[in-house]
Amino acid sequence: MDLKDKLISSFMAFENNVDVEHPVHDVRMAAIKNFEEKGFPSKKEEAWKYTSLNSLQKIDFSIFPREENTLEYKDVKKYFLHEIDSYKIVFVDGIYSSYLSETTHDGVDICLMSAALTKPMYKPVIDVYFNKVASKDESLTTLNTAFSREGAYIYIPKNKMPKKPIEIIHFATGNEASILLQPRSLVVVEENAEVQIIERHQSLTSNDTLTNAVTEIFAAKSAIVDFYKIQNDAATASLIDNTYVDQKDKSVVNVHTFSFGGKLTRNNLNFYQNGEYIDSTMNGVTILGEKQHVDHYTLVHHMQPNCESHQDYKGIYGDSSIGVFNGKIIVDKIAQKTNAFQKNNNILISDKASINSKPQLEIFADDVKCSHGCTIGQLDEDALFYLQSRGIPKKEARALLMYAFANNVLESVRIPELKTRINKLIAKKLGVNLGFDL
Amino acid sequence: MLKIKDLHASVDDKEILRGINLEVKAGEVHAIMGPNGSGKSTLASVIAGNERFEVTQGSIELSGEDLEEVSPEERAHKGVFLSFQYPVEIPGVSVTNFMKTAINESRKAKGLEDMPAKDMLKLIREKSELLEIDRKFLSRSLNEGFSGGEKKRNEIFQMAMLEPKVAILDETDSGLDIDALRIVASGVNKLKSKDNAVILITHYQRLLEYIVPDFVHVLHNGKIVKSGGKELALELEEKGYDWLKQETAV
Repeated sequence: MDLKDKLISSFMAFENNVDVEHPVHDVRMAAIKNFEEKGFPSKKEEAWKYTSLNSLQKIDFSIFPREENTLEYKDVKKYFLHEIDSYKIVFVDGIYSSYLSETTHDGVDICLMSAALTKPMYKPVIDVYFNKVASKDESLTTLNTAFSREGAYIYIPKNKMPKKPIEIIHFATGNEASILLQPRSLVVVEENAEVQIIERHQSLTSNDTLTNAVTEIFAAKSAIVDFYKIQNDAATASLIDNTYVDQKDKSVVNVHTFSFGGKLTRNNLNFYQNGEYIDSTMNGVTILGEKQHVDHYTLVHHMQPNCESHQDYKGIYGDSSIGVFNGKIIVDKIAQKTNAFQKNNNILISDKASINSKPQLEIFADDVKCSHGCTIGQLDEDALFYLQSRGIPKKEARALLMYAFANNVLESVRIPELKTRINKLIAKKLGVNLGFDL
Repeated sequence: MLKIKDLHASVDDKEILRGINLEVKAGEVHAIMGPNGSGKSTLASVIAGNERFEVTQGSIELSGEDLEEVSPEERAHKGVFLSFQYPVEIPGVSVTNFMKTAINESRKAKGLEDMPAKDMLKLIREKSELLEIDRKFLSRSLNEGFSGGEKKRNEIFQMAMLEPKVAILDETDSGLDIDALRIVASGVNKLKSKDNAVILITHYQRLLEYIVPDFVHVLHNGKIVKSGGKELALELEEKGYDWLKQETAV
């Protein structure tokens, strides 16, 4: 049985474990129908031209974990930003781990989707926001919607800001031969409220894992959201991340994506600007080696005047790794005075590595500033000589230049400890000790 | 200390240096002057080991050791320093961290431990005072957003930190206003000793009023066409290079 058939037949088993009377279940049923019609995307589709899911579909993934697995904090501490205090929403093989988590209802709700989808007190929020910005049409998103049951639920009321950042971590233990995880998260940040979120998917095994995640983010008027995605997963872990952002007037949403690991990663990052004076930022640093594959597929839809969007994706590709950047910007006719900027700079450090970079601009307004630039190059030989002439060996000099190349994307990371952590990940990924903490 | 014999060097099969002979002894200051495109910067790069240039003939010796197979970083460890005409910007790496890396890599190559942080700070303080460099400047990203003058001053600061045997200053005076020139020149003068040597590459005599050379060489078409004392620089300033070109053509 192929993966699609297995998923569709699993849906009935899934229904035995959820409240089919809840209105959310109508949403799930519509979603499974869409997935049944469309199936997994293939390379024939323009949006999936450079990324194939065929080999993943041949793996016999478990759809549900057989049993609840536990982890000791000391064994997984390094995956947390333990240098600072944070709220934590932690899942082990898709099941909430209360032991590793630290949730709160103190003025803000930082808790679980499973609770939000079942308890009446959350119903007003779920009714207004659940599956409202996520696509009802894109097959992998609807696959997630069909099986939506667990994930992070974050609700920040008007004028509130949680005392500390929130970490969302999804662990896979490998107790199953191979597992499919489908976390579904909802982040609602009301007027003038603010939140910082760090998200990570981490496989602890060499067994295959595939995560098909959907996160919906709603930023109301003047809200500020910083979302950091750390993708440094095991070589057998694949991730399809579908993130949808809905922004209202004067809101600021920054999404940083750090892609350093995993087998196959696809980031579908979608911004919808439903108001004026909105600022949307998408920054990314991708450093790949071996046969890793990362596909950044971004969309910014400017639907109202006077808004800005900024995209800055830097990539360093070694060995036989493959990178894809597809950045789509749509500016509606009404969206005058839009400023939309997109940059994608890449360095290939191996002859076998490749990058496909494609900007896609659809501009229907006439008074806009849009720019896009894409570069693919090697390291600057003059710069390399400069560093060597100061006594820095070639290998370290190369690493320093790669670090410098990626660095400006880190400038906008607003949690200093996270910035330090990412610097260290970059140094490690580049395989050098530079003699100082970057 | 530095002995260059019949040096020929090319880039992309185009010969730029066509037989340079130059001997620089410890304690000496040499100025190399010459019109644009004469090969001055190429000579500086080749001495520092830039692999973009191919040495096709001749040799460079440092303290009796042939540098032919020696990488740029090893040359730096052995005491060669090049102050760049166009220093490279390195975002995200502070001047201080850059110097720490450079110094500790040199020490590592010599089998020494990293310099203790306390000593490093003391050294940085001492040398930055020498060049009248503000402490805040040291925490900025290397050369990023620096003015032309700041870049050059920072190059000499690096020279002060690394204490080379042979320092080659490539157009260090260009882009400097008179005050900055004075500070840079006074820094170089303080670093000068009987154990090291300085090679100044410049277009103009101006710098040589502050750093007085023992010898002046004129480079033209990849060759040293005239050598003399410091008075040669004045003569060049007065007459330009045209008379030299004619003289060598004859």
